[in-house]
Amino acid sequence: MQSLLGSFFTFVLAAALGLGATWLSLNRGTAFGAVAIGAWTAWPKTGTTDIDPYARALVARTGRLPVGSGDGVAFEARVDDNGKTFDGRCDVVVSGTTPPARFWTLTLYDPDGRLLANSVNRYGFTSQEIVRRADGTFEVVIAPRARAGNWLPTGGVDRYMLVLRLYDTPVGVGTRTGRDAPMPAIARGACP
Amino acid sequence: MIRLALWILGGILLGGIVHLATVLVLPRTATQDAYLRLTPLTPVNAVAPLPVPTPDTAVLPFMDPAFAVAVCRYDLSETPLKLTAPVSQAYTSVSFYTRFGVAYYAINDRAAGRRVIELELMTAAQRSRLPEDEEVTAADRLIVESPTLTGLVVLRALSPEPGSMPLARGVLAAAQCRPNPQEG
Repeated sequence: MQSLLGSFFTFVLAAALGLGATWLSLNRGTAFGAVAIGAWTAWPKTGTTDIDPYARALVARTGRLPVGSGDGVAFEARVDDNGKTFDGRCDVVVSGTTPPARFWTLTLYDPDGRLLANSVNRYGFTSQEIVRRADGTFEVVIAPRARAGNWLPTGGVDRYMLVLRLYDTPVGVGTRTGRDAPMPAIARGACP
Repeated sequence: MIRLALWILGGILLGGIVHLATVLVLPRTATQDAYLRLTPLTPVNAVAPLPVPTPDTAVLPFMDPAFAVAVCRYDLSETPLKLTAPVSQAYTSVSFYTRFGVAYYAINDRAAGRRVIELELMTAAQRSRLPEDEEVTAADRLIVESPTLTGLVVLRALSPEPGSMPLARGVLAAAQCRPNPQEG
């Protein structure tokens, strides 16, 4: 009787731990092969056949298609440079320069990868559209209300994330630090 | 007490096995992966354009809204395929994914170095059946080997500003993906 109870307990514990760990790894992401520069993180190996099993599971479960390494690389940010999670009711300023690339795009998504609905149907910028300063640097303001200059609307959502995709770029599996890939700074502005 | 500790230890070990097994099996059991999402929208071995993503309608999550996208959902069980894609003025890329979404090859217009990207897609078995002399003479043939019988070829053309989206979609409308039977 005791061993029956014991093995039952063991199996329940195993199922809870095993499935829990799987759920966590899919929802929180893993650090395998991650390239973190400032608040930005990329997983260049996810665009190759060296993709790790966790990323494989994530790709299959969410239905996304990762950017292939011969195409480019995608950097994600969910927090600003001070570690604060993005809030669509606040202003966030992305400024500086981007790593070398033929083109880049900056896009806002909700945590499930949907574009953020807004009144002007603007979901991101390409490197061609952006207004730059004389020295080539730029500043993008992500805010719920319209701004002069490069404005990306949040639509006032609770949570969102930024994806900076570099196309035709030397940045990739060999990139380690911000010296190879100078990423733009992310600062929090006014917040109600 | 020792017995309880042993049961717990057993649970932890078994939990680790459950975790690894579920992670490894997940790609094969996923019901919402890219291939299955695209199946009702795309014919086999032909290029089909995908609608531009909006907040309400997006075929796949995390699509880049600055790109026109077309997909060739392929099945190599009969013959190899030939893929041709004209390049746009801005940026065009062709990415190859296995049935389970692994990006095994990607090339952009500059790397292809031509006005039209031309690729032959085949399995390892089909490639080994190529006549040897043909392989030597055709050095400029770009042959891509698919690890799986089925999969996705995704063509992307950048629209640098919203106004140029029709142009980018027009470029992809001229792309082709068609059976390319082997002789003999």
